[in-house]
Amino acid sequence: MVSVLWSLFRLILEALRDLAPIVLVIAFFQVVVLRQPFPNLDQVIVGLVFVVIGLTLFVQGLEMGLFPLGESMATALARKGSLSALLGFAFCLGFGTTVAEPALIAVVGEAAAIAGQAGHIADDADSRASYAFMLRMTVALSVGVALVLGVFRILKGWPIHYLIIGGYVTVVALTYFAPPEIVGIAYDSGGVTTSTITVPLVTALGVGLAHAIHGRNPMIDGFGLIAFASLTPIIFVLIFGMVV
Amino acid sequence: MELLEHIVTTALGTMVDVAPIVAILFGFQFLIIRKRPPHLRKVVLGLIYVLCGLTLFLVGLEEALFPLGRTMARQLTDPAFIYGAWGGAGGEHLSSWRDYYWVYGFAAAIGFATTAAEPSLIAVALKAEKISGGSVNAIGLRIAVAFGVAVGVALGAFRIVTGTSLVIYIVVGYLIVIVQTAFASRSIVPLAYDSGGVTTSTVTVPVITALGLGLASTIPGRSPLIDGFGLIAFASLFPIMSVLAYATVTNFLRREKKKIPELGTIGYEEMIQ
Repeated sequence: MVSVLWSLFRLILEALRDLAPIVLVIAFFQVVVLRQPFPNLDQVIVGLVFVVIGLTLFVQGLEMGLFPLGESMATALARKGSLSALLGFAFCLGFGTTVAEPALIAVVGEAAAIAGQAGHIADDADSRASYAFMLRMTVALSVGVALVLGVFRILKGWPIHYLIIGGYVTVVALTYFAPPEIVGIAYDSGGVTTSTITVPLVTALGVGLAHAIHGRNPMIDGFGLIAFASLTPIIFVLIFGMVV
Repeated sequence: MELLEHIVTTALGTMVDVAPIVAILFGFQFLIIRKRPPHLRKVVLGLIYVLCGLTLFLVGLEEALFPLGRTMARQLTDPAFIYGAWGGAGGEHLSSWRDYYWVYGFAAAIGFATTAAEPSLIAVALKAEKISGGSVNAIGLRIAVAFGVAVGVALGAFRIVTGTSLVIYIVVGYLIVIVQTAFASRSIVPLAYDSGGVTTSTVTVPVITALGLGLASTIPGRSPLIDGFGLIAFASLFPIMSVLAYATVTNFLRREKKKIPELGTIGYEEMIQ
């Protein structure tokens, strides 16, 4: 009991430490730079208590739930020995976690507005909505493909840097052919695909696979799935911009 | 009452986000693997913790800090502020990128601070520390990533102010990453590439997006729709460089001491012994 309380106390302390920079930065700019009073102090304090409890629970839940689940599924799928089941799982995980991502929905909406302004599509609500939907599907598809490729790399033990550098070269080459309006969105789309729940799960999947497969090192082979998931959306969105 | 409503809507939102993930996990578990996952009760409890934790975290940030951060991003990019309070000499329009120094300062500080609290980065750092047998330090990794985001967002703000091409920065950034990769220890490279993607999540994106849109709508000749983009790309690229640099520096320091094994040389083989 004492040790449980102690570890809880430590987690709360760590959460406080993690949050201190944000509080300090915002307080400094508010009071010193903008020279304004700190509004609704009671609301801020209630909010901060929530944030600390939330972060503590999240970290606790990671170790209990998300990490073991991701790893045990990776191990089970690897033991089953069916390549199609493993790759199918990777694809579904990538596609399914991205397609409903709120940050992505916001970005594709803005992208559709830009495309309408630039005259690539008719500037009315219907064509904007269908453009946004197709772009969203493109990004979700790209993340699915990324995880399939990333899992395949772990199975084969290929070094990651050749693939990533090859991806960079592709991005740079495509940038010259893609319409300029899409470039900023394409580059940003790599960053918005990886949500807070996807990242731990995908990391656990990679590490679990690297543990389960003989001769793979979790540090060298297990990481890197997120890197693929941040790179392929850029490529796919640039191609999307060229085609549409 | 308003707070309660906020909690309920955020909880529902988080559940909608998580629903496809849970469906996929359980679908594969019961249709393909067909085995009860080990410690099922503990895992489900852990998932509930993650859901509740994330909900409280988001509600708290939305109550306490985000509105202020977003207002701040707008106020700092407001011509009245840049010119009036600290900007120095008067005049009708903003002429020099130097007038925006508080913007760069804020961009760097908020980039660092939000990344330091990013839950997905905490997750990856914890995992990396565990797997590397402690040779990757979780706090060190997170500080390196946060530092990278700080530089990236500040430079991104500078780019929006000066209106230079995003492509040039990205291409040069890629080249630097390629050169660094050639010199880095093989075991840190995948983690460094990953850290680019994990930085831009729940905490960082909303504030940074507000900053980019505010800047692009303040500066004459910039369109928020076109020039407002790109900050997230910077925030994903620079951590790769800073993590590779951090690994090279710590390896160098350790080699100097000659006692502690090099980052990455404690491998999986030694751990399982």
